[in-house]
Amino acid sequence: MIAALWVMIGIALFLGAVLGFSAIKFKVQGNPLVDKIDAVLPQTQCGQCGFPGCKPYATAIAAGEAEINQCPPGGEEGIHKLADLLGKEFVPFGEGAKPKAKSVAFIDESTCIGCTLCIQACPVDAILGAAKQMHTIIASECTGCELCIPPCPVDCITMLPIDEDITNWKWRYPVIAIQEAA
Amino acid sequence: MTEYLLIIVSTVFVNNIVMVKILGLCPFMGVSKKLEAAVGMGAATTFVLTLGSGASYLIEHYLLGPDLAYLTTLSFIVVIAGIVQFTEMVIQKTSPSLYQILGIYLPLITTNCAVLGIPLLNVQAKHDFMESLLFGFGGAMGFTLVMILFAGIRERLDGADVPGIFKGSAIAMITAGLMSLAFMGFSGLVK
Amino acid sequence: MTIKAPFKFHGGVHPPTHKEESTRTPIAQAAIPSKLVIPLHQHVGTRAKPCVQIGERVLKGQIIGQPEGRLSSATHASTSGTISAIDMQLVAHHSGLPDLCVTISPDGKDEWIEHSGVDYKQASHDELRKRLRLAGVVGLGGAVFPSDVKANANNHKIKTMVLNGAECEPYITCDDVLMRERAADILLGTEILRELLDADEVLIGIEDNKPEAIAAMEQAIIAGKHSRMTVMSVETLYPSGGAKQLIRLLTGIEVAAGVRSPEMGVQCFNVATAYSAWRAITHGEPLLSRIVTVAGNVERPQNFDVLLGTPVNELVVQAGSKPHTDKHIMGGPMMGVQLPSGAVGITKATNCIIESTPELFPAPKPALPCIRCTRCAEVCPAELQPQDLYWFAKAKNFVKVEDFHLFDCIECGACAYVCPSNIPLVNYYRFAKSEISEREREAKAAELARERHEYRQFRIEREKQEKAAKLAQKEKAALATKAIEPVTAAATEVDADAEDLAKQQRIEAALAKAKEQAAAAKPKNTEALTPQQQADIAEIEARRAQAHEIAKNETEPKQ
Repeated sequence: MIAALWVMIGIALFLGAVLGFSAIKFKVQGNPLVDKIDAVLPQTQCGQCGFPGCKPYATAIAAGEAEINQCPPGGEEGIHKLADLLGKEFVPFGEGAKPKAKSVAFIDESTCIGCTLCIQACPVDAILGAAKQMHTIIASECTGCELCIPPCPVDCITMLPIDEDITNWKWRYPVIAIQEAA
Repeated sequence: MTEYLLIIVSTVFVNNIVMVKILGLCPFMGVSKKLEAAVGMGAATTFVLTLGSGASYLIEHYLLGPDLAYLTTLSFIVVIAGIVQFTEMVIQKTSPSLYQILGIYLPLITTNCAVLGIPLLNVQAKHDFMESLLFGFGGAMGFTLVMILFAGIRERLDGADVPGIFKGSAIAMITAGLMSLAFMGFSGLVK
Repeated sequence: MTIKAPFKFHGGVHPPTHKEESTRTPIAQAAIPSKLVIPLHQHVGTRAKPCVQIGERVLKGQIIGQPEGRLSSATHASTSGTISAIDMQLVAHHSGLPDLCVTISPDGKDEWIEHSGVDYKQASHDELRKRLRLAGVVGLGGAVFPSDVKANANNHKIKTMVLNGAECEPYITCDDVLMRERAADILLGTEILRELLDADEVLIGIEDNKPEAIAAMEQAIIAGKHSRMTVMSVETLYPSGGAKQLIRLLTGIEVAAGVRSPEMGVQCFNVATAYSAWRAITHGEPLLSRIVTVAGNVERPQNFDVLLGTPVNELVVQAGSKPHTDKHIMGGPMMGVQLPSGAVGITKATNCIIESTPELFPAPKPALPCIRCTRCAEVCPAELQPQDLYWFAKAKNFVKVEDFHLFDCIECGACAYVCPSNIPLVNYYRFAKSEISEREREAKAAELARERHEYRQFRIEREKQEKAAKLAQKEKAALATKAIEPVTAAATEVDADAEDLAKQQRIEAALAKAKEQAAAAKPKNTEALTPQQQADIAEIEARRAQAHEIAKNETEPKQ
């Protein structure tokens, strides 16, 4: 009886010592996973996921506080990438989180009053302008997050969808008839 | 020498723990969706099994002896749990992405019936130290081999025209069954 | 005795060549069409910028599109005439989408602009490259890569320059007839390119189904006394004209995946490019025309010397259009583009126009499942695994597709040619390539957006801190000036409350003083003034204002 006790205690103490030592030696600093998740997100900084930006959303996913299907700009492709990275199952978008076509903002210059409210709202500084000066969108930097539309007091900002032209045209997925038409 | 070779051949092919002995199916089904994850899991299990078999033999023969034989299962599990914890820490440090991909299956190596089963089989077959080690290593090699084969097949199955109801786990189970049939063909290889 | 190419490349197919039909007659001069539709983006790189106006009269060879950026080329008016439009027109592209084109109405005079060449042996390399760029010389084998950039070895030692006269695709014979008729100029152009690359030897690869071209080039080498130039005949096999394949055939060098040929000491140019380089440098003639084979459903299949921008419709009638033509194919049957309309203009990339009928090129049969016969892998010249590429492209598994080296595929179509299940394999690879390219573009854009966002957060933080620092400074300064009594040692020992109280009292005292001063300056008894008093006050105010003015003027600096 005593021998059994000693044996078990002995094993436990030995293993405890080894594990304690390795816990200190193999300590992991920080959370590199958050950066990996952030690298997958589309960086629109739009807040549609419910978090104030892509990095906070990545942190929440890493902490297990957020689902991976909350990012419409990333599309289904983004959810697949997150699922692969984290070893989780793919979850489709919930209701009301449908991805929209890519678009950039456009300021109607005849209506703009130069109030700078949209400039303060843009998360990537894609609006050029100053107080009482004309504001304009730098189209190549605009991510289409739509955060500039609510603050504008004269409603002069609209979203223009990016059309397909010869520079961004993609080959279509081949669809082949599997039966000869009779 | 030939005995050791025979042990390896028999544990990897003839008596493959997953396909013939039908042990260790949990990580086999759970981690075989991607090839990198399967390789990582195989490597981790090899480390745990080899070390575990060796440590279990030493405990069984020198610590427990014939009186405390009833403590076999208990002490084996404790040792295996410790080794798995250690492995987890090492993996988290060296490869955070593998750690994330393996997810819950890494600590579940503790409850892997193959990882406990092999040391118990060693006791039953009265293997000596070298034989126990090789048995554990060979068993883990067989496990890794089958994991990699299955992961390769599943990756290709992803792109196949599988009927809707069979997609995912169902077709994987059927494939595992067919693989098992194939591995049964090895019986009689080692007389 | 012509040297045979000593090496082989993997795979290849033997489609029927259909070359004899169009080589019976010499190169014909195509007539000046009724209008020229010249796209500004006929080359790899940035689109040329239009530098003419609508209604402007231009001369033949006048530059109408300036190159933009490092990788670009110029565009010229192919004949004299008036610019009738600069707008989006249909171009030869798989998408059928329009691109910016300059439309010219020829005046029939074909009047040249002033132009002159230089002696390539005297001019500097930079000068030569600049002339090639402004002359619009690009790769005429179909890749239309700007030749001024390609003829730059970039510190690599080029041992061998390969001249590509293979022309392996069926129906196309433009390079064949060019070599037969203008071999001398081709070789002179080759000397220019060799000079720019500082290459040692030149190997000219020609398929063995072109004996006349081989003979013509060999005679021209002897007649022109060109040293270290050798013609090698290669076995007629598609796609022996692919750059990496021809390099392998002639030199045995394998230009591996992801490696560029100059890194291996080789560079490859098409014979027509060499010819254009000669015309551009020595005669100052920009690239205005090229040889185009017209074949298929026409009365007289032949080669034409065509002005760039000639609408396809107007070209094929000169070969004798026949009825039942249902589509125009630009290029060959293996890699050609179906044109969206016959109004599309001939470009620098157009080597052939095939008039197609349903009999000549029947609609593809429905595709059957892949049976993994691996005939496609046997014929792939890039030694890829087409069946696996197809499998993963079909499953949209873009990670695995790249693992199988998708971007090494040259889209030659040999795999689809042999597939017994009639699977349009190349379409899957093109789909996968464009998806992967788009994802890479999006990832880059996302990275840029992240950087901008992080900088913005840093900037806001910095502004906050600057504001806080300024405020703290202001407070400190205000406190320093308001200290009426010097702070004695004893005062510092007073507890905080007393100090605050003292501060409060000082502030109140200062405020009271300020009020007093303001009260003193303010006029009193201003209620119920009589008009006389008001007038008096007004007068006094006016005089005071005047005094102020004079004082201000006097204190102003003397001019």
